Amino acid sequence: MGLIERLFREPRWGVHPDDHKRPAADAPLRVLPRPARVHLPLQQHVGGAARPVVLVGQKVLKGQLLAQSQGNISAPIHAPVSGTVTAIGEVTAPHPSGLGLAAITVEADGADRWIETDPVADPFALAPEEIARRTAAAGVVGLGGATFPAAVKFALGRRLSVRTLIVNGGECEPYLSSDDRIMRDCPAQVVDGARIIMHAIGAESALVGIEDNKPEAIAAMTRAAATYPEVKIRPVPARYPMGSDKQLIETLTGKEVPADARAAEVGVLVHNVSTCAAVHRAIRLGQPLVERIVTVNGGAVTRPGNVLAPLGCLVDDLLACCGVKEKPARLLFGGPMMGTLLPHGRVPLVKGASGVLAFTAAETAVPATGPCIRCGSCTRACPMGLLPLEMAAHIRAGDLDGAVGYSLSDCISCGCCAYVCPSHIPLVQYFSHAKGELAARERARLRTEAGRRLAEARLARLERDAKEKAELAARRQAERAAARARAGAAKPAEQTT
Amino acid sequence: MLAVVSLTALGIALGTLLGVAARYLAVEENPLEAELQALLPGSQCGQCGFVGCAQAAAALARGEASPTLCPPGGRAVTEAIAAKLGIRIDLSAVRDDGPLLAVVAEEICTGCCRCSKVCPTDAIIGAAKQIHNIIREACTGCGACLERCPTEAIGLMPMPVTLPHWIWPKPAVA
Amino acid sequence: MMPGSSERPVAAPYAATANSVRRVMTWVMAALTPATLFGFWLYGWPAVYLWIVTVAAATLGEGFCLRLMRRDAGPTLGDGSAVLTGWLLAVSLPPWAPWWIGAFGGLFSVIVGKQVFGGLGQNLFNPAMVGRVALLISFPVQMTAWVAPLPMFSVSAPGPLTGLMITFHGMQPAFDAVASASLLGFAKTEMARGIDLAQSLLHAPVPSWYGSRPGSLGETASWLIVAGGAAMICLRIISWHIPLAMLLGIAVPAALLHAVDPACYLDAGTHLLSGGAMLGAFFIATDYVTSPNTPRGQLVFGAGCGLLSYVIRTWAGYPEGVAFAVLLMNSLTPVIDSYCRPRIYGRDRRGAALEPEK
Ligand code: SF4
Ligand code: SF4
Repeated sequence: MGLIERLFREPRWGVHPDDHKRPAADAPLRVLPRPARVHLPLQQHVGGAARPVVLVGQKVLKGQLLAQSQGNISAPIHAPVSGTVTAIGEVTAPHPSGLGLAAITVEADGADRWIETDPVADPFALAPEEIARRTAAAGVVGLGGATFPAAVKFALGRRLSVRTLIVNGGECEPYLSSDDRIMRDCPAQVVDGARIIMHAIGAESALVGIEDNKPEAIAAMTRAAATYPEVKIRPVPARYPMGSDKQLIETLTGKEVPADARAAEVGVLVHNVSTCAAVHRAIRLGQPLVERIVTVNGGAVTRPGNVLAPLGCLVDDLLACCGVKEKPARLLFGGPMMGTLLPHGRVPLVKGASGVLAFTAAETAVPATGPCIRCGSCTRACPMGLLPLEMAAHIRAGDLDGAVGYSLSDCISCGCCAYVCPSHIPLVQYFSHAKGELAARERARLRTEAGRRLAEARLARLERDAKEKAELAARRQAERAAARARAGAAKPAEQTT
Repeated sequence: MLAVVSLTALGIALGTLLGVAARYLAVEENPLEAELQALLPGSQCGQCGFVGCAQAAAALARGEASPTLCPPGGRAVTEAIAAKLGIRIDLSAVRDDGPLLAVVAEEICTGCCRCSKVCPTDAIIGAAKQIHNIIREACTGCGACLERCPTEAIGLMPMPVTLPHWIWPKPAVA
Repeated sequence: MMPGSSERPVAAPYAATANSVRRVMTWVMAALTPATLFGFWLYGWPAVYLWIVTVAAATLGEGFCLRLMRRDAGPTLGDGSAVLTGWLLAVSLPPWAPWWIGAFGGLFSVIVGKQVFGGLGQNLFNPAMVGRVALLISFPVQMTAWVAPLPMFSVSAPGPLTGLMITFHGMQPAFDAVASASLLGFAKTEMARGIDLAQSLLHAPVPSWYGSRPGSLGETASWLIVAGGAAMICLRIISWHIPLAMLLGIAVPAALLHAVDPACYLDAGTHLLSGGAMLGAFFIATDYVTSPNTPRGQLVFGAGCGLLSYVIRTWAGYPEGVAFAVLLMNSLTPVIDSYCRPRIYGRDRRGAALEPEK
C-alpha cells in the first residue's frame, strides 16, 4: 500500500534541527497564577478585527463576549477573567515592529466567576451548521499558529465535501511541546474534538499525524482513540516542517495540494490538536476560548515547561512564573524556525502563540553572513522544491519580479533554507521583505487605480455640471425671451384697448 | 411658448453636440501614450511640470521626459513606466517616501472651501464655514490643495505605517 | 540592549546549522590529505615544495585582491577557499615542476579565476582548472614533464636539499633519467607514431597496483582519491550525482569503443585510473560554485564532463582533457541550472498548478 510506503520513507525535504523539547515537554502542566490584568488585542486571528461590545468601566464575567466578529472571516474575543474593563486602547503588538494594536484591558477582580454557559450533552445530535455556529461564537481559531477561524474552515469543508480530517499533532518546531502536552494530558478531549469536527464537516475518518519523537503522546492518543475506529493515530517521521499542512497531508495521504488551492480541494482538512481540544470545550462545555497551553522554554528560563495561561496575560507574567536565569536577549512567540520576534516582554499572549521562548545572548549569537557558495543545501532542504539561492540573488539585486519568476509566492517561509545555509544568509528575511514589498506595490497600484477612477468621476461630474449649467442658462434665456415676446404681444393689445 | 420649447431644444442639442464632439473629435491618441497614461495616477496634479497626466504621458512617449517624473507615483509607477518603455533604471535613486496623505490642521481651517474645489479625486469634504476633512482612502497625496489654502492649514504627511503594512527591511549586504 | 529593540530586527529562523563554509572547505581538504601525502611520499621533496609554493601563492593572491578592494581579508581567508584552490591546482601539476609554475598558477587561479569575477561564489569557472589550463597553454613543456615515482627515502630519491634545487633551480640533469610520460600521453604519442596499442602497451610505463606511476599528485593515488570522495559523500559534503555521472561518462564510451577496436582505444579501467579522472570527478567537478544545484542538473553536468573528457583524450591534441571538459561544462552550468529546476510542490514540471486529485 502506497500509504505505508510513504510513511516509512524518509521525506526528501526538510531539516532535522536539534529539538530541545525535553525537559520542558516532560514537566507537568502548570497553571499561571491569575494576572492582575489582561490585555486582549482585537485582532488575534486572520481576517477582520473584532468590534468591541463593552464599555470602559463595565463589569464583565469570565467568558463574557468583549468584542464580536466583524465580516465573514473574523473571530470574537471573550473575557478570560472576571473583572472590570479598564481601557480600550493600544498595546504593543506581538510583532517585530513593536507597533501598537487595539486591545481591551480587563482588570481581574479575583473571583474568576464564569458567565452562564450552554453545554451540549450530545453534539452529534446537533446539526453541523449549529456546531459551526457555536464554534464561531466561542472564538475558536487555529491554535497551531495559523489562527484561521475554525468555523470558517468547517463551512469550507462541508461545501467541498471533505472526507478526511487530518489532525495535526506534528509540532515539528524545536522547543515547543504544548501540543505534545495536550495530547498527553487530555487525549480524550482531543479525540472528542476531532470527532465533533468530523461531524461538523461530514468527514468519514480522521488521521492524527504525530511525530515519532513523542512516543508518550502517541501512546495516550492511541488509548483514547481505541474505541473509535474512525480516528486513526498515525506516527510520522520527526522532521521539520512536518507540522506544515501541505507536508503533513502529503505524508499521510500521498496527496499534493495544488498550488494556489486549498487543502479542502483534495478532500482533506487540517486542524491542530489544540484546536480540536478547544472545539471540544466550546461544544461540550459551552466555554469560549479564553486560555491556552503555552510552552515557556529557552536557555534563559529556569524551569522550562508548559503553562496553562489566560489569553491576554503578559509574556513577562509567563516568564516570572517559570523563572528567568538571566535577562533574555531575544524573546519569541512560537518556535525558533518560524516564530515571531517580540519587541519586549510587555506584550499580551494571543490565541496563536503556542510558545514563549527566551534565549540568552549566547544562544542568539549568529555567525556572520558570507557570500553564497551555491552549495545547493537550501534547494535540497526546501520542502516546496524552490531555489532559495536564486530567489535571494534576484531580491538582493532589487529584481522582485525575477524572484516571482522563481515562484516566490509558493514559499511557506518555513526557514529550512536559511537554517541549513553554511554561509548563514538570512534567506527568509529576503523573502519576507520581497513579499512585503510586492504587497505594498500591489496596494499602491490599487490606490493609484482608485485615484484615477475618482479623478475620472470628478471630470465627468464637472463636465455634467457644465452641461447642465449651459442648458439652464439656455432655458433661462429662452424663458426671458418668451416673457419679452409675451410682453411685446401684450403691449399692442394694451394699446388696442 | 414655442420659443421656450425651441430654445430649450436648441440648448439641449448644442450641449449634446458639445459632449459628442468632445468624445469623437478628441485628438487621435498614440497607443503607447494611452498605455503610459494608464500607468500614471491620473489625478492631473501637475507636479511633473505638465498640465496633466495625458501631457506627461505624451512627453514620455516622445522620450522627452524621464520615467522618474511622477512624484506621487513613487517607485512603483517609475518602475512600471520604465518597464513599458524598456528602459533600465536605477530605482534606488528614485525618492519614495512611501505614499503621502494630506491632513487638515483643524484649528487653522476657516472653511473657505477652496481646497475641495481643486482636489482631483474629490477627497476633501466639508461645507462652507465648517472644518474640512480629508478622506484617507481617496487622497492621492498630490498636494494640489496645499497652495490653495489661504491659511496654510493643509500639510502632507507620510501615510502612517500600520501592522499589516509593515515590511521586513532588506537584509544588509555583508 | 532590550530584545528586538535594535534598529533592524532579524527574521526567523532563529536557529542555524553548525555547518559553515569553513567547515565544508576543511572537510574537502581533509579528504584530499591522504592522497596528497601519498603523492608526497611517491615523488619526494620537490612535490612538497611545489605544493607549498602553490598554496602560498593562491593565499597571497586572495589576500592581495581583498586588500585591493579594501575588504577585510580575515574572514574570507579564514574560510579556506583559496587554500583549497591552491591545493587542487598543486595536485594536478607535474610534481617536479619548477616553483614559478606553482606560483604563477596559484596567483592566476585565484586572481583571474575567482576574484576578477567578484570573489567566492561569483566565479563561472573552476579557479583551479582555470589556473591549470592557463599553465598548460603557456608552458606546455614544463606542464607535461612527468617523472617516474621515486619514493621518498629511497636511495635514488632527491633529499630535502636536492629537492630544493629541483624546485627552485630548474631540473637537475642528474635526474633526467627519470623523466617519463604519463600513460595517456604515452599512448597518444605512440598512436601518433602509428604503433597500435597492442604493441605499445607492452613497453608502456607500468602502473603498480597501489598507484605508483608517472603523473600528478592527484593522479597516482586513485584509490585514496576515491576513498576521500566516498567520505565526502557519506558526510553529505557532496552528493553522488556528479562523480557517478562523470565516471560513467568516461567509462561507458571507453568500454564501448574498446570493445569495438581494442587496438585503437584504451580500455575503460585505464581511462578511469589515468589522468585527472578520479580527482576531477570527486574534487574538481563537484565544486559548488561552478556546478549545477539540482540533482538532475548535476547528472547532466557530470555526464557532460565525463564525455567531453573522453572525447578530448581520444580525439583531440591533448592527452588529458579533464580540465578542459570541466571548464566547458562550467560555462554551461547556468543553462543547465535554468533547465533543470526542481519540481515545485503543487505544480508540475513546467510550473503550472496541478489538478486537484480527490
Ligand atoms: S524557500 Fe521558502 S519554503 Fe523553501 S525552505 Fe526557504 S522558507 Fe521554506
Ligand atoms: S545554502 Fe546558502 S550558500 Fe548554499 S546555495 Fe543556498 S544560499 Fe547559497
